[in-house]
Amino acid sequence: MTISAERPTEVATSVAPPARVSTPWTQRPGWMSQHLGTAIVGGFLGYILGHWFGNYISSSYPYIVNSGQNSIAVTLALTGMVVGWLLGIGALNYPLAKLIGKDAPAESEVKGWSKYFRYSTDHKVVGMQYVVGVLLFMFTGGLLAMAIRTELLNPTTHVFGPGTYIEIVSEHGTIMMMMATSIIVGPLGNYLVPLMIGSRRMAFPRIEAFSFWIFIAGYMVIFSALPYGGFSTGWTGYAPLQTQNGPGMISYLLGFAVIGMGMMAAGFNIAVSIINYRAPGMTWSRVPIFVWSILATASLLTLATPVLFAGGLFGILDKTVQTAFYVDEHGGSSYLWQNLFWFFGHPEVYIMALPGFGIVAEILPVFTRKPLFAYKVAASGMIGVALLSFFVWQHHLFQSGINPDMRPLFMLTTELISIPTGFIFLVGMGTLYRAKIRFEIPMLFAMALFFNFLIGGVTGVFLSDVPVNVTVHGGFFVLSHFHYTIMGGLLFAFMAGLYFWLPKMTGRMMNKKLGLIHFWMMFVFFNLTFFPMFIIGLLGQPRRVFTYASNLQGLNDFSSISAFLLGLSFLVFAFNLVWSMWISPEKAPANPWDSLGLEWQTASPVPAHNFDRIPVIMTDPYHYSEPGAPALADFGGASSGAATSDSHSAKNEGADND
Amino acid sequence: MANNSQDTPRDLRKMTGIWVVLSVAADLLFWFLVGPHVPPGRMTETAKNNQLDFNILLVIALPVIIGVWVYMGYAITHWSAKRNGPEPVGGASARSNKKAQVWWIAVTSFVVLFLAGFGTVALIVDHGSGGGEGPNPVWMPAGAARAETAAINGTGTGILTEPGGEHVLPVQVIGQQWKFTYRYPTFGGFESSQLMLPANTTIAFNVTSLDVIHSFWAYQLSVKADANPGVNNVAFTETKNVGNFTVRCSELCGLWHGAMFNYGSVVSPSDFVTWATTTEAANHANTKDLPPFAWTYTPDANNAAGGWFPDGTVTPYSTVETYGAKQPAS
Ligand code: HEM
Ligand SMILES: [Cu+2]
Ligand SMILES: [Cu+2]
Repeated sequence: MTISAERPTEVATSVAPPARVSTPWTQRPGWMSQHLGTAIVGGFLGYILGHWFGNYISSSYPYIVNSGQNSIAVTLALTGMVVGWLLGIGALNYPLAKLIGKDAPAESEVKGWSKYFRYSTDHKVVGMQYVVGVLLFMFTGGLLAMAIRTELLNPTTHVFGPGTYIEIVSEHGTIMMMMATSIIVGPLGNYLVPLMIGSRRMAFPRIEAFSFWIFIAGYMVIFSALPYGGFSTGWTGYAPLQTQNGPGMISYLLGFAVIGMGMMAAGFNIAVSIINYRAPGMTWSRVPIFVWSILATASLLTLATPVLFAGGLFGILDKTVQTAFYVDEHGGSSYLWQNLFWFFGHPEVYIMALPGFGIVAEILPVFTRKPLFAYKVAASGMIGVALLSFFVWQHHLFQSGINPDMRPLFMLTTELISIPTGFIFLVGMGTLYRAKIRFEIPMLFAMALFFNFLIGGVTGVFLSDVPVNVTVHGGFFVLSHFHYTIMGGLLFAFMAGLYFWLPKMTGRMMNKKLGLIHFWMMFVFFNLTFFPMFIIGLLGQPRRVFTYASNLQGLNDFSSISAFLLGLSFLVFAFNLVWSMWISPEKAPANPWDSLGLEWQTASPVPAHNFDRIPVIMTDPYHYSEPGAPALADFGGASSGAATSDSHSAKNEGADND
Repeated sequence: MANNSQDTPRDLRKMTGIWVVLSVAADLLFWFLVGPHVPPGRMTETAKNNQLDFNILLVIALPVIIGVWVYMGYAITHWSAKRNGPEPVGGASARSNKKAQVWWIAVTSFVVLFLAGFGTVALIVDHGSGGGEGPNPVWMPAGAARAETAAINGTGTGILTEPGGEHVLPVQVIGQQWKFTYRYPTFGGFESSQLMLPANTTIAFNVTSLDVIHSFWAYQLSVKADANPGVNNVAFTETKNVGNFTVRCSELCGLWHGAMFNYGSVVSPSDFVTWATTTEAANHANTKDLPPFAWTYTPDANNAAGGWFPDGTVTPYSTVETYGAKQPAS
C-alpha cells in the first residue's frame, strides 16, 4: 500500500468560492479579525440588547416587566444572542454587504489551527468543526442521561425534585435529538461528500458554514432553558402544557427554530451539491452509497424541517403576543401542535436512521473485500424510505383520539416502510456472504448496528400494531425502541464512521486497543442498559416519571448500573480521541483500510482544493476482489491522487492485503 | 445467478437447519412458557385479545431475529479473514442475485402486509382494542351507542341492559393536573376519585381533560386513551374477572406527572350497584354543585373566544356531532 507521497507543489487553478474583492478589517490577522471570541462578544451584546428591548416594548404591563417571566424579553434576548453571534463570527458579512449594494468582503482564509475558530467556507474545516460541535451536544446530553438513571435507582428516595427531574429528562431528549439531526450529515456529510463525488467544493459554502455556526447557536439557546427554569414537556413539547410553561419553553421553541434553520441550510446545500457537483462520469449508478444516504437525508432535512420551524414560531407567538394556535378555548387546537410536530418528527426519525445505513453500507465492502450487494435496491430503498416517511406520522397519535378511523391506514404505511428499511439487512447479509471479513474497529461498530437495529426495527413493528400499541405507547418500551434505533443505530454508525474516516480527516490513526475497549464496553452495556427497558415498559412503567412501582426496582437498578458503565465507555472514547489525536498521534497511512473509495485517493492531508484536476469517474468504487477491474477514476496525470491507478489495480488482484 | 462454488448450498443448508431448530424451539418455549403471562394479562376481553396479538407478533418476530443472528453468527465464524475461508469473489455475481433479492422483497412484503391486515382485523373486531377512538367511535360494541346517548341525555339509570342482553356502563374519566376522577352518568352523574367497575360488562370510557393532555392508562384492562381538553375520547373494553388494576397517566402532564396514578377494581355487578348507589346518595349534595354531566368541561371550541361552560345548548350524543357536545338543559 502506498504511503502518501509528498504533495505536489502545483496549485489548482479554480479554487475557493468567493474571489477576494477587497481586504477589509475582517481579513486582518490574529485577534483583530472575526473569530469565536468576537462571536461570543456579539452574542452577549445581542442578548443584553434584546432583553432590554423586550422589557421596553412591554413596559405598559408592569406585572411582567423585569419579572424574569417576560416571554417577549426572553424571546428577543435569545434572538438577539443568535443574531449577535452570527454577526460576530462574520456569517452575515456577505448578505449584509450585498444588501447595501457593496462588494462583499471575502472570508478570511487563515492558515493553521485558528481557522477552526472562524467562519470558514472550506467544507473540510466545517466538517471538523461539526465533529467538535456534535461531541459537545453528545457529552452534555450524556451527562444528563446519567442524572436520569441516578434518579431512577430508587422509586422512593429522590435525588432531584420532580421539577428538576423533568427538566433534566426534557433537556436530555431535546439536546440528543438536536444532535442526532446532524451527527453524521454535519461532520461526515460535509467533509466527505465533495471528496466522494469528486468536487472541489460545496455548492453553497457560505450556507454550509452558516449551518454550522447556527447549530452552535442552537446549542446555546436550548441550553439556556436550564437557567430559565427548564421546560416540563419533554422533547415533544405538547401543548397546552407548552402554553403553561415558563420562559424555558421559549428556549425549546426558539431552539428548535434555530437548529431548524441550520438543518434546512445544511440539507439544502448538500442536496444541491450532490445533484450538481458530481465529477464527470459520476453517474447516479456510480455514486457511493453513503452519498445516496446523505442525499435522502438532506432532502428530508430540507422538506420536513420547515414544518417544525413554523410550529415553533406559532408556539412563540402563542406565548408572547397571545395568539391561539394551540389554545383550544380560543379556537386553536392542541392537536395542531401534535400534527405539526410529528409531521416533522417522523421524517426526523429517518433523518436519524439513513445516514447510519449509508455508513455501514459504505464500509462493509471494504472490510469484506466484496462489492456492495444489491446496490440498486439499497439506493432505491433509501429514497423509498424518505418518501414514505411523510405518510406515517399519525402512528404517534394512535391513542390520542384524533382521526381514529385512519389508524388502519397509518398502521399499513408504517409497516410498509419497514420493507425498504429492511433492505439494509439484505444489503448487509448479501455483502457478508462468503466474504473475507476483517474485524477492524469500524467493522465491529458496523456489525453492532445490525444487531441493535434488528431489535430496534422489530420492536417498531410491535409499536405500529394498534392493539399492541395500547400497551406499549407512552411507556419504557417506546423509550427502549428509539434508543435501540437512534443510539444503537445512528450512534454506533457514527462511531464506525469516525474510526474509519478520522485517519483521512486528521492523518492520524485511532488507537486500536483503546478502540476495542471502547467498542466492547459500548456494545455490551448499551444492550444491558436498554434491553431491560423493554421489559420495564411491558410491566407498566410510563415514560418521564420520577417514581415507579417498587417491584420494578431490580430491573431499573440493573439498567442504571449498566448505564453508568455505558457512560464510562464514552469516557474511554474521549480518552482515545485525545490520546490518538494529540498526545500520542500515530501517522495514518494514506489508505489504511485499502478502500477503493474516491475520498481515499486524494492526497493526505487533503489539499484545500481537494483535487488538482477534477477526476473523470470510470466506474463505481466497489470492485473488490475483481481482477482486471477498471480503475475508479482518471486523474488526468495529476498526482493529487495519493493512491492512484497502480496501487488500485494491485488491490484488485490480490484482494488480501492483510 | 450461478453459485460461486461447490459448497455454497452446504453453507445455506447448514444455516437453514440451525435456524429451523432454534426458531421452533424459541417459538414453542415462548408460546407455552411466557405467552400466558405477557402483559397486560387476561383481565378483560381487550387485554386477552391484545395479549394474543402481542404473542402472535412475537412468534413471527422470533424466527426473523433468529434468522439474522444465525446468518451473522455463521458469517463471523466461517467467513472471517483469520479463518482461511474461501477467497471472496467479486464481480457481477457478488453484486446482485435476482433470486435472493426477489425472495427477500416478496417475503418481507408478505409478512408486513399480513401483519397490517391482521392488526386491522384485530382492531375492528375488538372495537378499537381499548385504544382511544375519538369523540365518534367508528367501531363500537353492541349497545354502546345507545348507552352513550342515554348517558348524555340523562335517560338511563344503573348498568344498562340491551335488548340483546348485553350489559353496558358508560363511565367518564376526567384528567386534571394531577389526578383522575370518574363520573357515572347513569348514577346521577356523581363524581368519585375511585374507579369501580362491574364484571362481565362492556365499559364505555369517555375520557377528557380539564387542563393539559393526560393519558388514561388502565394497565390490566388494556385501555389507553389520551385525555384532551375539549375532546371526548371514547375507549371500550369488556370486563371479565374481578380484581384490582392500576391506572397511570401515560402522557407527560407537568410537574407531578410521575405521581399521577391510582388504583381501580372490577367487582361483581351486584357489589358494583351497591357501591354506586351508596356513593350516589352520599355524594348527593356535592353532585348538585358540580357542572351537569357533559362530554367535556372546557370552554366550547365551536364558540371560539368565550362561552364558558355551561352555555345551555343541548347537543345530544350523535355519531356525527363532534367536540363541544353539551349537556341537556336542566
Ligand atoms: C448513555 C446513553 C443514554 C442513556 C443512559 C439514556 C437514558 C435515557 C432515559 C432513562 C430516558 C428516559 C427518561 C424517562 O422518560 O423516564 C431517556 C430519554 C430520552 N433519550 Fe436517552 N439515553 C441515552 C442516550 C440517548 C441518545 C444517544 C439519544 C438520541 C440521540 C437519546 C434520546 C432520548 C430522547 C429523545 C428521550 C426522550 C425524552 C423525552 O421523554 O422527552 N438518549 N434517555
Ligand atoms: Cu414515527
Ligand atoms: Cu397526567
